[in-house]
Amino acid sequence: MSKRVTIDPVTRIEGHLRVDVEVEAGHVKKAWASGQMWRGVENILIGRDPRDAWAITQRICGVCTTVHAMASVRAVENALQLEIPINAQYIRNMIMLAHGIHDHIVHFYHLSALDWVDVVSALKADPGKAASLAQSLSNWNGNSKAEFTKVQDRIKGFVGTGQLGIFTNGYWGHPAMKLSPEVNLMAVAHYLQALEVQRYANKIVSILGSKSPHIQNVAVGGVANALSLDSQSVLTMERLLAVKEWMIKLDDFVKNVYLIDVAAIGGFYADWTKYGRGITDYLSVPDIPLDGKGTVFALPGGYIEGGKIESHKPITSFNDKFFLDGVSEAVTHSWYNYSGGNDKSLHPYKGETTPNYTDFQDDGKYSWLKSPTFYGKPMQVGPLPRVLNMLAAGHEPTKKYATAALDLVSTIAGAKVGLDALHSTIGRHAARAVGCAVQSDELMKQWDLLLANMGKGDMKTFNKPTFPKGEQMGVGFHEAPRGVLSHWVVIESGVIKNYQCVVPTTWNAAPRNEKNEPGAYEACLLGNPVADPEKPLEVLRTVHSFDPCLACAVHVVDQENNPVVTVRAV
Amino acid sequence: MRIVVLGIGNILLSDEGVGVRVVEKLEAEYIVPPEVEIIDGGTCGMEMLDQLEDLDGLIVVDCVRHGQPPATPILLRGDQVPVFFKTKLSPHQISLSDVLASLELTDTAPKTTVIIGIQPASMSLGMELTPEVAARVPELLATTIAELKALGITVEARS
Repeated sequence: MSKRVTIDPVTRIEGHLRVDVEVEAGHVKKAWASGQMWRGVENILIGRDPRDAWAITQRICGVCTTVHAMASVRAVENALQLEIPINAQYIRNMIMLAHGIHDHIVHFYHLSALDWVDVVSALKADPGKAASLAQSLSNWNGNSKAEFTKVQDRIKGFVGTGQLGIFTNGYWGHPAMKLSPEVNLMAVAHYLQALEVQRYANKIVSILGSKSPHIQNVAVGGVANALSLDSQSVLTMERLLAVKEWMIKLDDFVKNVYLIDVAAIGGFYADWTKYGRGITDYLSVPDIPLDGKGTVFALPGGYIEGGKIESHKPITSFNDKFFLDGVSEAVTHSWYNYSGGNDKSLHPYKGETTPNYTDFQDDGKYSWLKSPTFYGKPMQVGPLPRVLNMLAAGHEPTKKYATAALDLVSTIAGAKVGLDALHSTIGRHAARAVGCAVQSDELMKQWDLLLANMGKGDMKTFNKPTFPKGEQMGVGFHEAPRGVLSHWVVIESGVIKNYQCVVPTTWNAAPRNEKNEPGAYEACLLGNPVADPEKPLEVLRTVHSFDPCLACAVHVVDQENNPVVTVRAV
Repeated sequence: MRIVVLGIGNILLSDEGVGVRVVEKLEAEYIVPPEVEIIDGGTCGMEMLDQLEDLDGLIVVDCVRHGQPPATPILLRGDQVPVFFKTKLSPHQISLSDVLASLELTDTAPKTTVIIGIQPASMSLGMELTPEVAARVPELLATTIAELKALGITVEARS
């Protein structure tokens, strides 16, 4: 007999995603991912000035404001074939990298670690033993016995008052929780330290972006930061030095805590390398441009077919035809209608956003997300595709951190764990941490490049755009924390005629497409273990490994008090 | 003394963005002393952690569904604040409540929190407030200024 489990909402902080699974004999047999809110923001943009689009699109989402700002200005610049000053590129790059690092740290520690780490078990730990273990893994200065004792007392205080606060919804004591009390305590201590450290990334974004949480410095044509080595009220040497200091502190945490913790937890949960493989067609885009046009990039991107690294096909410029021609979106199982028929898949330049809500139909329409495909195939996007494509392109820093992480996993697991283990639930966490270490290196490099260029006397940050008569089309893509983000704009005589955002979570959480092929979440959940259908922790592990953020994939809000889990017997 | 006036909401969804509109107006029309920070929080969450740490007072302005007719204002303080976060009256508390819970965990939560809210008339797609809610914005602004005053802060109208 199979059991139907509905999880709604799925995410601990950003909501709006529903997942249904059919469980038989302790494993998932069929899965549906559904965006529960409508995204109609594209319709707001029609008829507006393309120079204003970035400020509006950064309001789409509560987590990834800056990424939409970047994709939007890039789309308009691409439509105009407008080159931007190299200083603007470096400043944007630093904002994107710092934002990405922030996002990855918060995702691992605050949004998903508690799927693997049992806070209540940490209370039973011996802080001395936990400290010795942590010190054997890393020389981070927050691994002392005194620090771990302090953390344990703090958590005891919380549990003692009967208020777990932010930890309320955890599956404490679940049979799938496997870590020793000491490892749990180490992870909880790092959870608290991560709260402290994430602020450095945020400060970098606010200084360079002129404001937080919504940046204000971006403009079509560059950035609005005036550069100067001495003058006040602009981006001065003093501010840039403060930024550098925060970069160094972040880097210490990323390399000596985050990367180590993920590898250690991965080693203890080595059986989770068997689950969550799903779609192994991987798409990522190159990012961190090193010229004004976007033809040279620090971090490579591309397409990998069927998990085979050697099949890597690179994407190499902002005008890359292979990428531009490959993307389309279907609505066969989505709550929209296409004027030319719902069996069609439309290129984003021709995209339509006309709602048609039906109700949740297992074999019909069941999601507010569209189904994006690349040359007709559903893709997985995100840190794993990014890291695999960088490895395939021979990117040395990626190779270095991936090797270090897999070596540590192998040591802890007591068996050789190779690259193939990355195609999995726990592998996505590992790839995110590896990618984050790469980003941290790159963040400091971009700072050096900016300073070196300013040293030559080049202070230019903006090229004024001009809008010709007639129609222009452009795409702006960005390798955002959750994967490929692309904005597609059609401009007519200086006014937006059409606008479509194809966001990472839409790629991953897509419903079945026009050929009835499942999206990445749906495919990755097949075969996933479920020990107790009343407490489907293992399903959450796999979905959370993608870092779901439906706030931008879909929209609007009228949510009443949803139960965390509803279970229905089928 | 550190005080934050935080407007939250999604300005793409008409009345949903009322909190942001009120703090924009506060910033445009008044000079506030340096110990007060005005934040347009949009729908953000953890990014605001740093700015909300160790506050003497937090004033949140938001759209709140409290079962009254459209455009009815509401003021929540003291014991009502945790209830507000528990019963999901506003769409953003998922993130804001987690930020506040994180601050509790690190012992850096605001000393006092008040929530100034208003029942939305519409949350459909659009960048303008409905006329009903727009008409109450001056009142919400006056309440915000009164709450600042209660914390010992006087603001000065820009000339």
